[in-house]
Amino acid sequence: MLSIEPSRRELNGAGDVSDIALEQQASQSVIVERTRVLARIALIDRVFYQVTRAAAVVVLIILGGVIVSLVHGSWPAMQAFGFGFLTSQAWNPVTENFGAAAAIYGTLVTSIIAMVIAVPVGLGVATFLTELCPHALRRPIGVAIELLAGIPSIIYGIWGLFVLAPFLQSHVQPALISAFGDIPFFSTLFAGPPYGIGMLTAGFILAIMVLPFIASISRDVFETVPPVLKEAAWGIGATTWEVMRYVVVPYTRVGVIGGMMLGLGRALGETMAVTFVIGNAHKISGSLLAPGTTISATIANEFTEAVGDLYTSALIELGLILFVITFFVLALARYMLMRIEQKSA
Amino acid sequence: MSLYASRRGANSAATTLCWVAAVFGLSWLALILGSLVYEGVRGLSPAVFTEMTPPPGSKGGLLNAIAGSLVMTIIGVAIGTPLGMLAGTYMAEYGRYSKLTMIVRFINDILLSAPSIVIGLFVYTVLVHPMGHFSGISGAVALALLVVPVVVRTTEDMLLLVPGSMREAASALGAPRAHVVAKVAYRAAKAGLITGVLLAVARVSGETAPLLFTALNNQFWSSDLTAPMASLPVVIFQFALSPYKDWQQLAWTGALLITVAVLALSIAARALSAGRRNSK
Repeated sequence: MLSIEPSRRELNGAGDVSDIALEQQASQSVIVERTRVLARIALIDRVFYQVTRAAAVVVLIILGGVIVSLVHGSWPAMQAFGFGFLTSQAWNPVTENFGAAAAIYGTLVTSIIAMVIAVPVGLGVATFLTELCPHALRRPIGVAIELLAGIPSIIYGIWGLFVLAPFLQSHVQPALISAFGDIPFFSTLFAGPPYGIGMLTAGFILAIMVLPFIASISRDVFETVPPVLKEAAWGIGATTWEVMRYVVVPYTRVGVIGGMMLGLGRALGETMAVTFVIGNAHKISGSLLAPGTTISATIANEFTEAVGDLYTSALIELGLILFVITFFVLALARYMLMRIEQKSA
Repeated sequence: MSLYASRRGANSAATTLCWVAAVFGLSWLALILGSLVYEGVRGLSPAVFTEMTPPPGSKGGLLNAIAGSLVMTIIGVAIGTPLGMLAGTYMAEYGRYSKLTMIVRFINDILLSAPSIVIGLFVYTVLVHPMGHFSGISGAVALALLVVPVVVRTTEDMLLLVPGSMREAASALGAPRAHVVAKVAYRAAKAGLITGVLLAVARVSGETAPLLFTALNNQFWSSDLTAPMASLPVVIFQFALSPYKDWQQLAWTGALLITVAVLALSIAARALSAGRRNSK
């Protein structure tokens, strides 16, 4: 609109000569000018709208691209092994016979160990932060936990390899083996020599890694409870525990479960924290102390060394399986968290 | 009275357990940071920043790895940020209630926590495999794909916080929609948008899995983006798993550097958004 100014100044400059024809001509040029500017603005507007819309669509295309490329890449393996791939324990690069069972088993078991440890502790930390912690410490501890949630997983991995695994090997695992040696079910669960690295160690590292996620999401979810509800419970004499148990948890159940699923999604797909300490052994073993492997650890360890199309393709199919599993877990988690957000809004 | 006692008992048991959980959880995290600093500082010396990664058994530094990480992170952020910001702009400014926005928001949230190794596989199949060799640029693209969801999320969140009355005021003055977004909404949400970028940098600077088979690694200095490129996380991975003491020490030092960088970025992001919580 600014560009209309010069023409008007010209008009004034013409001053006294104000003759009708000139004025008409001038106003016509103003109109022409104005429509041109408006057209340009409208064009910019449209272009900007289309560009942002295209960018939003690109996000969808990325996800579609990931799925398509993984399916395409794993096609040779799918044709060679069919559904047997999911149940076969074989993993032999020499004879080119591959199966995903051991890796899927390891992924699930390490994630379950992680959740068994991290969920109670994470909920405890969240409860501590919302109900018990002295007010002065609430923010610093909360911020510290959020910062720790952002630390790269390779840090947890290197710590697990050099500090945790040797410690477990020399102190914890021998004790576990001798303590449970005579109890039927547990004797297989904790059987074998203490390697240090293995499923249990990997699960434990994962637990430490997802703990900050679960703690900080649960804390956020707990804080969506309207204070009036809690105050009402306190008003009729409920204890802190009763307020948590009968007011906060029922109110936030969906969100808490969503937070746990989000943590589970992280644990399932985590690569570096696990690869260091899992031991990379393609077998299903009853003992938690035995080395195993997970989907992501297998890919990380073997992908660059994979020779032959079928080997590469089998690894990509592993990636596809992992993606499908985490996709559903994360989708469920997001759906649940969305519901609690709507509730609090 | 006995009901009262049992309720009190249950309460103190539960609160004690919460205290124990908090102490237990926080002490593990403190332990990790403690041993990281202890092991990492021992290897800290000027050589770390001035010398290349050494062959086994000799001394050296991490210069090429640090440079490679910087280059790939910068390119990744440079590709991912505009894309993420534009998508976030659409979601908050144009299609706030449209179906497309709802779908993109859902998909984006899933991409946000999708396993990064899968992103690595994706970039391998679409870039590395057709090119025929590993390259720094494909590593940067893999990182860009991780930047996008973070930036989309924060851009949308921050633009939604800009009061509608500001946009209405600008529109009432006759400002076209694009100007309202660029001159009013962006400006009002500036601190938040920068926060998003910082968080994205923090997120990708420690990523290892997507680089393993895109950028691979390189023992020497390389400024060629079409050649394999070293990066700090991959070097840490390789060195930590090696049997050589020098390499393991460098891995610890590298881990310390990454942690310090990530923490500094997150703290800066937090300071920028000043008091506002945006943790999800």
